[in-house]
Amino acid sequence: FVKCASTTGSHIIKKILIANRGEIACRVMRTARKMGVKSVAVYSEADRNSLHVAMADEAYCIGPAPSQQSYLAMEKIMQVARVSAAQAVHPGYGFLSENTEFAELCKQEGIIFIGPPSSAIRDMGIKSTSKAIMSAAGVPVVEGYHGEDQSDECLKEHAKRIGYPVMIKAVRGGGGKGMRIAHSEKEFLDQLESARREAKKSFNDDAMLIEKFVDNPRHVEVQVFGDQHGNAVYLFERDCSVQRRHQKIIEEAPGPGINPEVRKRLGEAAVKAAKAVNYVGAGTVEFIMDSQHNFYFMEMNTRLQVEHPVTEMITGTDLVEWQLRVAAGEKIPLMQEEIPLRGHAFEARIYAEDPDNNFMPGAGPLLHLSTPPPDSFTRIETGVRQGDEVSVHYDPMIAKLVVWAENRQAALRKLQCSLHQYNIVGLNTNIDFLLSLSGHPQFEAGNVHTNFIPQHHDELFPAKKATPHEVVCQAALGLILKEKMVTDAFRDQSGDKFSPFASSSGRRINILYTRKLSLLDGENIVDITVNYNQEGSYSMQIKDKMFLISGDIFNEGDSVYLRSSVNGTVCKSKLVILDNTIYLFSPEGNAQIGLPVPKYLSAMSSVGMQGGAVAPMTGTIEKVFVKAGDKVQIGDPLMVMIAMKMEHTIRAPKAGVIKKVNFQEGEQANRHASLVEFVDEGSESK
Amino acid sequence: MKALVNELKEQAEKIKLGGGEKARKLHTSRGKLLPRERIDRLIDPGSPFLEFSQFAGYQLYGKEEVPAGGIITGIGRVSGVECLIVANDATVKGGTYYPITAKKHLRAQEIAMQNHLPCLYLVDSGGANLPRQAEVFADRDHFGRIFYNQAVMSSQGIPQIAVVMGSCTGGGAYVPAMADESIIVGKQGTIFLGGPPLVKAATGEEVSAEDLGGADLHCRKSGVTDHYALDDSHALHLARKAVRNLNRQKKVDVTIEPSEEPLFPADEIYGIVGHQLKRNFDVKEVIARIVDGSKFDEFKALYGDTLITGFARIFGYPVGIIGNNGVLFSESAKKGTHFIQLCCQRNIPLVFLQNITGFMVGREYEAGGIAKDGAKMVTAVACASVPKITVIIGGSYGAGNYGMCGRSYSPRFLYMWPNARISVMGGEQAATVLATIAKDQKAREGKQLSEADEAALKEPIIRRFEEEGNPYYSSARLWDDGIIDPADTRLVLGLSISAALNAPTKKTSHCALVF
Repeated sequence: FVKCASTTGSHIIKKILIANRGEIACRVMRTARKMGVKSVAVYSEADRNSLHVAMADEAYCIGPAPSQQSYLAMEKIMQVARVSAAQAVHPGYGFLSENTEFAELCKQEGIIFIGPPSSAIRDMGIKSTSKAIMSAAGVPVVEGYHGEDQSDECLKEHAKRIGYPVMIKAVRGGGGKGMRIAHSEKEFLDQLESARREAKKSFNDDAMLIEKFVDNPRHVEVQVFGDQHGNAVYLFERDCSVQRRHQKIIEEAPGPGINPEVRKRLGEAAVKAAKAVNYVGAGTVEFIMDSQHNFYFMEMNTRLQVEHPVTEMITGTDLVEWQLRVAAGEKIPLMQEEIPLRGHAFEARIYAEDPDNNFMPGAGPLLHLSTPPPDSFTRIETGVRQGDEVSVHYDPMIAKLVVWAENRQAALRKLQCSLHQYNIVGLNTNIDFLLSLSGHPQFEAGNVHTNFIPQHHDELFPAKKATPHEVVCQAALGLILKEKMVTDAFRDQSGDKFSPFASSSGRRINILYTRKLSLLDGENIVDITVNYNQEGSYSMQIKDKMFLISGDIFNEGDSVYLRSSVNGTVCKSKLVILDNTIYLFSPEGNAQIGLPVPKYLSAMSSVGMQGGAVAPMTGTIEKVFVKAGDKVQIGDPLMVMIAMKMEHTIRAPKAGVIKKVNFQEGEQANRHASLVEFVDEGSESK
Repeated sequence: MKALVNELKEQAEKIKLGGGEKARKLHTSRGKLLPRERIDRLIDPGSPFLEFSQFAGYQLYGKEEVPAGGIITGIGRVSGVECLIVANDATVKGGTYYPITAKKHLRAQEIAMQNHLPCLYLVDSGGANLPRQAEVFADRDHFGRIFYNQAVMSSQGIPQIAVVMGSCTGGGAYVPAMADESIIVGKQGTIFLGGPPLVKAATGEEVSAEDLGGADLHCRKSGVTDHYALDDSHALHLARKAVRNLNRQKKVDVTIEPSEEPLFPADEIYGIVGHQLKRNFDVKEVIARIVDGSKFDEFKALYGDTLITGFARIFGYPVGIIGNNGVLFSESAKKGTHFIQLCCQRNIPLVFLQNITGFMVGREYEAGGIAKDGAKMVTAVACASVPKITVIIGGSYGAGNYGMCGRSYSPRFLYMWPNARISVMGGEQAATVLATIAKDQKAREGKQLSEADEAALKEPIIRRFEEEGNPYYSSARLWDDGIIDPADTRLVLGLSISAALNAPTKKTSHCALVF
């Protein structure tokens, strides 16, 4: 455990409470364990089976899924801290990490808040205040107006002084909310109004500040660390320019193309900023940088950032360990000149989201999850395992993939290679997008800025092409070989192990077995004719093209691989077959091939045989929810029926369009009477 | 031989298509699967199918072609259970029963009965072929026997499952009705004792086929069928589920060893055997290309060496193999008898590799009691109740056919190679016999038979024997369970033994003749 007896005000931290969830909770626990510090987890009911709960030495449930009632419930967390006798609280990022009140509460309870003093949080939390402080301390800030006078005239006056285009920003804003750009005086008032409305709604405060708008800026931030003895150091910069929805997606350290002289100036400015607020612990000073590498202070984040691992990778440090040491009253472990900068590191954030749909956050089960093998240069920071669920209640980040190599080019190669090995089935992820992003020539050249994604939109979102027939054949082979595995498994547990009936040779007498397979490539059905050849290969025909296919399935680590030969070209891909879909992951690209769901599985229900809903027993129709022409999904309620003193909800046996409703409310329906008819799908599609 | 095999496969690929293109198109346009596709989806994905008698009805009805006899039969695994499958081919004359169709159906049921295999009937048939009703209706082994067999098998605990995928008219209605469990495809399957035309003729009532005997009626009102399927795939899926619910477990009552491929490639048989029956080949060369690891433990190698006997394994199953290396003498017959008794005592399935011109004739041999020795072997073959499987790999003539377990001796399965010939004696011998009789007759009349006359007398007999001894002629009439590629012999035997072992072991009781 952490101890520092030599200096005054030292504490012994033997046990910490982590007031967070997911990957950061796991990340903190790993370091705690390394240092011999016990960790206490808190969790919401939705996270009962989460990895962070499993990893902790102790774990306490603090309420239902919504954060307000769990991870943001300060009193409950303090209660756990008391009960578990934790000496310190690590807030992680997000949730209570930058909450002044919580930091205060910890202090009152005599529990160490692993973070800066509450005053620093407060000062940095209000943008206008922070800029004023920085400006006074001699840190370059973006030209702007941070004044009290919020009248339209005054703001407009200042906008003119600063020079268009200007940025109108909510003083209490964040995450892009309450933020507008005015390109000219003409549109200033409209934008101002719009920003105010949004700010009012989001933060209940419509105070605005005006800033010089920097076109295509870079987002560069410096990791700083302060201790209780007045020391502060910087651990170099990170570039987090590439963002979507105003959130970072890929980060790197050090910033590409930044020369040592600028780096030093950046670092020193950041330290100056930290010292200006007597900063203690890990913090990040964010700068906006123009194309001439002029940089201006933006804000300071008074917490450990999501992207801290890239800094750790290039400096060989463990920032969580530093946090714990500094919180215990120790000095910063390294002097400024002792901090090395070696190589280059990338972090890619893997999110459950749909890049094709404006990065809409997603949720769902991680039916299949396989990652590149972690090593000292490849870190996988995650809080989920295969089978876990990405919950709708919290941030949809699945993992952070962090790689390090001697130089940027090598690190980028490694990032791409690792992303190819990061395979997830069950929900939409941004992995493919991260691949095209990290493989973009301009990204490879280091020409990054905050508009990167909109600017290169067309290349980053290429039109979906039909899966090559060769790959469809591989999917078909995967399916056939998987069937064979199932058959073999059955055979091996039977007492009749060598019966040729148990083989999957598809042998027929005097004729070849011709199997017709239909697979789905997106919406398109691909018909494949598969001939089972005697020597174990397959001749597959798609349209008028023939393919000679052979291959096998084998296990490597936890994953199943398909080795396939298509007309003599051998390739290896990871194979996952789940829920009527075949997934192939290979460095040449990923493919997702569906198996059409048979009619009887999609349309069949115990009562739906006549293509409609029928009465389960004789009774009275109580309520009718639909009318002719309505579109319904499977399981949608159609009617409520009262029979045998019970309410029965009649649900749609299939998705479709209502053709006719045969009963009105109050009418009596006989058993098996057709209640609702559907428009015949067959006649519709023809 | 390779040419014979190529011809076999070519013909089989044609038969695989079933009825004409037009009939197939009409069939599939109704959303129905072709019978072979039905079987493919019924059996476990990618598993083999042991099809019987593809050449049933081959050139049997003059110009009328009845591919595969209009019905496909065979054994396949369904949900892990080996089942006998009978599928009507509605693309062949509407799936109606020709005499050969009924014979093939009955033969399939016989196989099911002997080997205790659950039966799955994929019914899609217009019933008896009316123009040929006289040949399919009245006799013991005609149409009615199908339902008799269903009742008897069900009573013996051999499950009967029917899937109605088309019409089931008249007597055909009894297939699903007599089944233990039945499935019907909505809007496709119909079951009625009398179809709409007959109803109209009999009572004047006008009714549609669907209302008279459709799936809705039979699943909701009459209760004749148990499961309603939306389409063919659904019906087959339900059939697979029905088999899973049979709670049937194959209990193999023999020792099993890991299977090994033979050391020599199977297609070498083509060169070893050739196509000329007159050329002798060593049956041990054939055995070496059939059995596990080419390991054959020969029994009585030095005695009666025109009959080869010995133990081996095929796909891990034990077998006793009896093969011919020439004509049968008294010693060979006694050796065969001894070996069959051993296999019966040890419950080892018997495989007969038949290539036999007959028992030795001549004064010396008659005096040696070859008739009695031959009878002993025939008796042992007849009474052996272990599974017997016969492959005619060459000639099958005269009493040799009996001693080597011909069709009359009820082997569980009997297959022919494409080079095989089967007849009471060789064509030339028969011609010579007849010519000799004619000569004797002429001699009694004091006349002489000219050489030209003799040749003219012999020629048609030889031709006829050649035609009727041909495996296609045999297979068309269901004297066997199919012509097979010699290179597939190991597989076919393995599948057959596997199927045969579903039946419980029966002890052989020997009759008085056998010592």
